[in-house]
Amino acid sequence: MTGNIVRPYGDTTGDGRIQVSFTLPVPYGTPAEKARAEGAAMQLAGKMGLEPAMVVHGKGMGPDYTFFIVYGRVSHLVDLSQVTVTEREFPLLNSAEVNLRIRSGLGRKLVVVGACIGTDAHTVGIDAILNVKGHSGEKGLEYYREIRVVNLGSQVAVPDLVARSAAEGADAVLVSQVVTQRDAHITNAKEMSAAFRAAEPYSRGPLLVLGGPRFDPSMTAELGVDKIFGKGTTPGEVASYLAYALAPDSAGASAETEQHVGASA
Amino acid sequence: METRLNLDPALIREARALAAKAGEPIVAMAKSHTTVSVERAVLRLAGLQGADDDGMPWVNRLVDAVRETTGLEHGVALPAWDALLAGGYDNLASLAAAAAQGKVAFRIPAGADAAVARAAASAALATGIGRIDANRQERQRMIEQTSQPRMPWIYLIVATGDIYEDIPQAQAAAREGADIIAVIRSTGQSLLDYVPEGATREGFAGTYATQENFRLMRAALDETSRELGRYVRLTNYASGLCMPEIASLAGLERLDMMLNDCMYGIIFRDINPRRTFIDQRFSRQIHARAGIIINTGEDNYLTTADAVDAAHTVVVSQLMNEFFGKEAGLADSQLGLGHAFEINPQVPDSFLLELAHAQLVRELFPDAPLKYMPPTKHMTGNVFAGYLLDAFFNLCGMMTSQSILLIGMMTEGIHTPFLSDRDLALENVRYVRDAAGRLGESFVPAPGGLIEQRAKQVLGESLALLRRINDEGLLTAIAEGTFGITKRPADGGRGLEGVVSRADDYFNPASEILEGGERAPAGGLDPRTAPVEAGAAR
Repeated sequence: MTGNIVRPYGDTTGDGRIQVSFTLPVPYGTPAEKARAEGAAMQLAGKMGLEPAMVVHGKGMGPDYTFFIVYGRVSHLVDLSQVTVTEREFPLLNSAEVNLRIRSGLGRKLVVVGACIGTDAHTVGIDAILNVKGHSGEKGLEYYREIRVVNLGSQVAVPDLVARSAAEGADAVLVSQVVTQRDAHITNAKEMSAAFRAAEPYSRGPLLVLGGPRFDPSMTAELGVDKIFGKGTTPGEVASYLAYALAPDSAGASAETEQHVGASA
Repeated sequence: METRLNLDPALIREARALAAKAGEPIVAMAKSHTTVSVERAVLRLAGLQGADDDGMPWVNRLVDAVRETTGLEHGVALPAWDALLAGGYDNLASLAAAAAQGKVAFRIPAGADAAVARAAASAALATGIGRIDANRQERQRMIEQTSQPRMPWIYLIVATGDIYEDIPQAQAAAREGADIIAVIRSTGQSLLDYVPEGATREGFAGTYATQENFRLMRAALDETSRELGRYVRLTNYASGLCMPEIASLAGLERLDMMLNDCMYGIIFRDINPRRTFIDQRFSRQIHARAGIIINTGEDNYLTTADAVDAAHTVVVSQLMNEFFGKEAGLADSQLGLGHAFEINPQVPDSFLLELAHAQLVRELFPDAPLKYMPPTKHMTGNVFAGYLLDAFFNLCGMMTSQSILLIGMMTEGIHTPFLSDRDLALENVRYVRDAAGRLGESFVPAPGGLIEQRAKQVLGESLALLRRINDEGLLTAIAEGTFGITKRPADGGRGLEGVVSRADDYFNPASEILEGGERAPAGGLDPRTAPVEAGAAR
């Protein structure tokens, strides 16, 4: 072994033993059906690279489905030198870490103003990010102690958004656009960013964050914004980004962040 | 129920008295105001259905038109039925269509005209509420023909977004052992100021609550109830900006339980507090009449606040929900007060603390069908540890005789449950119920022990908080972030523009019937049935 090549570890180095569970749409009633179902599970295990494999548990769920637990030796090798990690420019933090980073890096509450602009009345996206309720098991930005949220709701005119953001002392402005008819989301976004850039020099204006299912996250320069979030974004990602972008890291607040990836706040 | 925690009955009486005192100004406010949604509910109860070409319901069009001309302070009924009779319209829908085009001159009639309009409106509402009464009797008949499931009732959720996908999933879940099917609503429906129309096939992480969706699902579960010989209940959500309308639709389509919390929308959805309390009172009057069990949402507080530190806010909220519920006419047997198993499992003695909280709630509300929610916050992605935690939740539910158990999923927070997740979850609860279903009768915490001390401490903290709320007022307490650590000022949030102060001649024919008439008999529900027999098949 070179040190770069590893196998799963059951109870002995290199034994390659793993456990999987899955459901197949096959009946598990009569002895003949059971034999066939277990054979089907073995076939899948073999195609997954489990050799030898052992079906240790089969259970019929209703007349048409069977649940299996399978143990086996996986023939695949893992080459650690070939592991690629998708780089995110900011670390994913949990809510306590976001709060800590804002407290230590900003020294006050981070102010977020959110709105749907133009004629777009679809607040489902902005509400999922801002409301305490949140989505996908993650609480919204209102839940973060160190973030003050001003949710202006839908159909907010751009001049009103600029004025309100200034009045609230917004550190970040979150704008959601769902409707894409005649590229309204693109037009509205450009109008919004231009209005903010006209009102304040870039360095003093708020961070402009755009969200919506039809935006291409790589279009920040074209749309004149700092960050674009696409479909499936969770509140925790937005909060982590805001903390990263607005609260300078101090005292290694993000040192142990990677282990929290995927855990909901 | 005898107290196994040696609680001082005088303290419990004081807590109830404080809750009532805190709630009374809110009730007075609710009695002196109406909302656009209450008025739309009146029209729905009178049978107005359908929507215009843009999908905007006729009830919205008609209420908006009345509001623009006579205002809503007199209620929608008087000007609407006056115009209906004077204009010779066939029905409310044609009146609404004409009103939406600005073709109707609404007025507040006086004298004989007013009397005629009132009589017509009252007759229409008597018919609508008669349908709710008939549904209540029909539920009773169905239970007699099939059977009443033993408690704890097993509560399972479906949520595909497509009502025609939800139906087979719900039927399968019932066959797998679910006693209650909840159809989760599309994300954000609570913030819509109208109820969508018709059967819907697209939703965001849930299915829209509509009258037709309610009807389709109830009909499907009736079929399954007969097949299984066990009445399967249907649940939806009377919350958000259209709470009174959804409550009315639930009554009209024989739903059995409705999520209906006095403060959830305020805290978690930033709906205006006044709007919420006014809407809530009317919706609970409907639920009371319909024999619907409400489920309150205290479990949610523990998803934002710490379950140990905030345990007393759950009790205070339950007492408030009980006060508002009873004031609106709900019986104890209709108060599905919520709480949850959400203490961090790494806290020492966490299971004892959970037992203390659950037993405290059981003793404070002995006749309420308590709704007990499984762990969600401390489900880490380790599905094996999660399965163990769910078993402890189930055990705590049995030991403290909870009434409604939402099934815990070991894959909580990972994905929508797999078929196998649901099957394993049911296996878990079946094992615990069969192995320890009778444990409740023997569960008597040691006098002076940790469980008793903790329960007394939470009760004491609840009293302190209730006193503080009485000093500053409930609306101020909510504004200051007392519940769910979220601050909600009384004049903030969505929907305040839909609140209207009632004039002296305010007329609401639905409220007159709901507040004046005799009630249908209660459903004969014993929330704490005898422990389930070991090994009993469902």
